[in-house]
Amino acid sequence: MSRVLPNLRYTREHEWLLVEGGRGRVGITDYAQESLGDVVYVELPGVGDKVVQGEPFGVVESVKAASDLYAPVSGVVVEVNEALKESPELVNRDPYGEGWMILVEMADEGELEKLLTAEEYEKLLAGEGE
Amino acid sequence: MKGTPLIFERSCPGREGFRLGDPGVPEVDLGATLGRDFLRSELDLPEVSEVDVVRHYTALARMNFGVDDGFYPLGSCTMKYNPKINEEVAALPGFANLHPYVPEELAQGILKLLYELQAYLAEITGMDFVTLQPAAGAHGELTGMLIIKKYLEDRGEKRTRVIVPDSAHGTNPATAKECGFEVVEVKSNPDGLVDVEKLKEAVDEKTAALMLTNPNTLGLFERRIREIAAVLHERGALLYYDGANLNAIMGRSRPGDMGFDVVHLNLHKTFSTPHGSGGPGSGPVGVKAFLRDYLPVPVVDEKDGRYFLNYRLPRSIGRVRAFYGNVGVAIKAYAYIRALGAKGLREASEMAVLNANYLKKLVEDLFVVPYRGPCMHEFVVSAKNWKQNYGVRAADIAKRLLDYGYHPPTMYFPLIVEEALMIEPTETESKETLDAFAQALLDIHEEARTRPELLKEAPLSLPVRRLDEVKAARDMKLKW
Amino acid sequence: MRYVPHTPGQVAEMLAFLGLSAVDELFAVIPEEVRFKGELSLPPALDEVELRRELEALAGANPGSGYVSFLGAGAYDHYVPAAVRALASRPEFLTAYTPYQPERSQGTLAAIFEYQTMIARLTGMDVVNASVYDGASALAEAVLMAFDLKRKKKVVVSGAVHPEYVETVKTYCYGVGGEVSLVPYTPGYETDWGAAEKAADGEAAALVVSVPNFFGVVEDVRRAQELAREKGLLLVVVANPISLALLKPPAAYGADLVVGEGQPLGNALSFGGPYLGFLGARAAYVRRMPGRLVGETVDALGRRAFVLTLQAREQHIRREKATSNICSNQAQNALLAAVYLAYLGPRGLRDVAYHSHTRARYFLTRIDEAGRGVRVLCRRIFNELVVEVEGLEEKYQQALERKILPGLKLERFFPAEKNRLLVAFTEKRTRGEIDALLEVLGVK
Repeated sequence: MSRVLPNLRYTREHEWLLVEGGRGRVGITDYAQESLGDVVYVELPGVGDKVVQGEPFGVVESVKAASDLYAPVSGVVVEVNEALKESPELVNRDPYGEGWMILVEMADEGELEKLLTAEEYEKLLAGEGE
Repeated sequence: MKGTPLIFERSCPGREGFRLGDPGVPEVDLGATLGRDFLRSELDLPEVSEVDVVRHYTALARMNFGVDDGFYPLGSCTMKYNPKINEEVAALPGFANLHPYVPEELAQGILKLLYELQAYLAEITGMDFVTLQPAAGAHGELTGMLIIKKYLEDRGEKRTRVIVPDSAHGTNPATAKECGFEVVEVKSNPDGLVDVEKLKEAVDEKTAALMLTNPNTLGLFERRIREIAAVLHERGALLYYDGANLNAIMGRSRPGDMGFDVVHLNLHKTFSTPHGSGGPGSGPVGVKAFLRDYLPVPVVDEKDGRYFLNYRLPRSIGRVRAFYGNVGVAIKAYAYIRALGAKGLREASEMAVLNANYLKKLVEDLFVVPYRGPCMHEFVVSAKNWKQNYGVRAADIAKRLLDYGYHPPTMYFPLIVEEALMIEPTETESKETLDAFAQALLDIHEEARTRPELLKEAPLSLPVRRLDEVKAARDMKLKW
Repeated sequence: MRYVPHTPGQVAEMLAFLGLSAVDELFAVIPEEVRFKGELSLPPALDEVELRRELEALAGANPGSGYVSFLGAGAYDHYVPAAVRALASRPEFLTAYTPYQPERSQGTLAAIFEYQTMIARLTGMDVVNASVYDGASALAEAVLMAFDLKRKKKVVVSGAVHPEYVETVKTYCYGVGGEVSLVPYTPGYETDWGAAEKAADGEAAALVVSVPNFFGVVEDVRRAQELAREKGLLLVVVANPISLALLKPPAAYGADLVVGEGQPLGNALSFGGPYLGFLGARAAYVRRMPGRLVGETVDALGRRAFVLTLQAREQHIRREKATSNICSNQAQNALLAAVYLAYLGPRGLRDVAYHSHTRARYFLTRIDEAGRGVRVLCRRIFNELVVEVEGLEEKYQQALERKILPGLKLERFFPAEKNRLLVAFTEKRTRGEIDALLEVLGVK
C-alpha cells in the first residue's frame, strides 16, 4: 500500500504539492514512483521558467517507462532540486522528501481548490486497483 | 571475471591488419592540397591483425542467437527461416556492385526486378501501386501517413487527428505525431477488437485516418473491417494498414479488398528477409489508384519493354531517403515470392495460422487467455496467474526459456494485456519443434511451482547472467 | 510447400488436435465479403535451380556493375575486404532480431557498442546512435532534433549538400510543419556564406553544411563555425566517414550534430541500399536522439555486459511522445562498418583515404597540365571533383562504349549545369583506368 501524506494536495496524475506560504513544493507520489520502478532520469525546468496548472513541466524516466510531470499549480519556478541530476534514485527512496522536484511561486492560490485532498487521492488510488 | 569482450582490448600499438601498398600515382602533400587547418592530427582506432578481428567477431557471433540457431517465436516479428539462396542471389556481383546512378540502360535487370516486385506486392495486398523506397516498417508508416496528409490538404480539408487502437504498435502514434497529427486512442472492446461504436463517436470532420493492423496485435482478425472502413470513408477519413501481420492472410484476404487506402509491408517479416540483428528492413507502401500521384519519387516504371525511374508524380510527397530503397532486401523478397508462387504464399500463411493455433492449444492451459476464440498467425497469453501463484513474471519465463535453448516470445506487448507473452511460431517450424517448446513451457511451469527462484535468476547457462538495466541508464556509458 | 516442414499426415494430425477437418476452417473467422477467393496472379513457383537461373539472368542484365566506375555522389566504390563480409554475414548476426533479450544477444550489442565508439572517435562526437536508415534520413532526423532542441522550426541548408538529402529534409519538414531555407553555392562549388548569413535569421534552429560537400569540396568550416556561433544556431555537419581519416573531426570545429552515409565503410553499392546513416551528438542532447543506443552495464555477477538503454525515448515506450518513430534500423550494415573500421585500424583507413585522394589529385593535375578541353572547377577536394567537359554528351557515350562510367552528369540535379561532370575516385581505381578516362575526355 503506497503512502499518502495528509498534509499535501494531489493531482490525478500523481503529483503532490506542499504549500509553503505563497509557494508550492512539487514532487511525485509514492504510488507514482512505485509504478515507474527505478527512476533513472528527471528532466526539470529552469529557475525562472513559468509552469501552468495541468500542463507538463518535465519528464520522469525509468528503464521501462517515461511519464510527463504535470504542474499542480501555475506560477514561476524559484528553485529546482539539483540533487536529482546526479541522484535520480532519491525519487524512489524519499518521494515526499529529498525526492522533491521544483518549488513554484504560485500565481493564483485559488487553483489549490482544484487539487485533490489526501482523502480524495486515496480514493483515486483505490480505484486504480491499489 | 571479464564479461563480454571488446575489440579495443585486443589492440596493440603498431599491429596492423589491412594495409595498401604504393598509391601507384604521385604522392601528395596533404598540407598543400587540403590545407593544414583542415587536417586531423590523430585517429584512435583499434590496432589489430586479421586473425584478431576474425577471432573476436567469431566469439561475438557465438554469443548471439538467430533463427539459424533455433526456435524464435517472437510475436509481431515473424521470425521465419531466411532461405540461403536469397542471400546468394542478392550478393551476385550484377546486383551488389551496381552504383545507383548508373545509366538506366545499364541497369535494366534490377529495374525490371523492382518493377515486378512492385506489381507482386500490389497483387498480394490488393492495392494499385507500390513504392519500394521506405527502408523499414516505421519508415513506410511515415511515408503512408504523409501521403494521407498531403492528399487531404490538397482537397482543402483541415483534418488534424489520427485514431489508433490501444493495442497498436508504438510506431503508429509516433508516426502520426511525426506527420503533425494529434493522436486519439480508442479502447478495444472485451473481445480484443476495435470497438466500432466507440470508433463511430471518435470519428469526425477532424479525423484524417485510422491506423489499423489486421489481424491485430492480439492475433485476432477484425471481423467488422468493412464496417470500420465505411465509418471512416463516410466521414471523409482514410484507412491505413499496418502490415506487420500480413503473414496471417496471404492469398486468403487482402487489405485492399477490406477497404484500406494505404498499406505498408515489412519485407523482413512476411517475405523472409533476415532481420540482421535489427535491420536492414524494407517497408514498401501500397496505395489505391487515387493516391498514386502522392507516392515518393522515383517509382520504377515501364514503357515499351524499357524500365526507368519515374520522377513525374506531380503531387509526390518527395523523397523519404536517398536513392531508391533497400534494394538488397528487395532482391531477397523477390526471390522468395518467385520461389513460392501464389500457392506457396497461401500455404505459408495457412501453415503459420495452423502452427499458431496448434501451439496455443498446447500451452493455453498454463496461462490466462485474455481473449478467447481461434487466433490467426500469433496469440497472446497472460502470465498473471504465474505472478499470483508463484511470484514469477513474464520476463522470468522468458529468461528461463533462454536456458532451454529458445528465443522467448515478445514480452509485455500489447500493453493492454497484463504480463503479456506474444507468441508467433511462423510456418517454417515443425510439429516436433512446437511440441518440444510446449514441453519446455510445461517444465518451466513445474519449476515455477517448485523452485521459483530458479526462474528469477535465469538465465544460468549463458555467457552473462541477468543484466542491470538501471545501471546502464543511470551511468550512461555509451562508448568505450 | 517450400520452407514448410509439415508432412500432409502431420497437417491432418494437427487439424484433428484442433477439432478441425480442413485448413479452410482456420480462416472461418474472416468474413465472406473480405475473403480472397481466386488465386493471386503471380508467376509460377520456381525450384532452386530455376530460381538461381532467373536471378542470374536479372543480375546479368546490369552491365553497369562491371564497368570501371568513377561514380560517387553519395555512394562509393571502395574495396570491401574479404574478412569484413565473411564475419558480418555470419547467421548468428544475420538471422537474429533486435537485441531485446540482451543475455542472448551480447554479440550484436558489443558490436554496436564498438560501432558507436569508433564513429564517435572518427567524428569527435560524444554519443552516436546504433544507426538510422541512410545518410539522407540521418540528416532529416538531425534537423528534427534541432527543431526540438531549439524550439524553432526553420533550418538553413547549404545548397552544396547532396540534393537528395535536401529533398528528404524537405519531406520530413513537411510532416512537422518546418521550413527549409536553401542557400546557393558559389561558382567554385562552395557554400555562399554571405547568403547563408542572410538566411540565418532569428527563426532558424540550425545550419547544415556538408564536408566534403556534394561537389567534393572541403568547405571552409571556419565560416560555418563562426556563423553558427554568431547566430546561435546548432551546427549540423554531413560528413564522409572515409574523409575523416584525413580531415579534422567535425567536433573540432564546433559541430553539435554530425551525420553521414556509412556505406563507404565496408558496404556494397547494391544499387543504393541497404546502407546506414550515422548520427552523433553532443552529450547534452542524448535524450533527444532518435533510435537505439547501446550502453555498458554489468550482469548479476558483476561482469561487464551490454544492453539497449535509454529506451524511454523510443516509440515502443513513449508512443506519440517519442523522439522519432524509428524502430528497425540498419544493424547489419552498422556491423559491416564496425568490422571494417576495426580491421583497417588507423593506418588502413588512412591508406584508403589517402589513396583515394591521390587519385583525385592525379586526375586534377593531369587536366591542369593539359590546359584544354577539360577544366577543373574546384580545388580543395577530397576524392571527388567537378570538371567542365566540352562536348560532354558525346564523350560520355564514348566512355560507356569503353565500359567506363565517367562520373555523374550534374545536369541530373542542376539543369543549368551543362557539360559538368562530378568524378569520384577510390583506392580501387588504377592509374591506367584514370589515364583511360582522361583519354576519353580528350586530355592528352
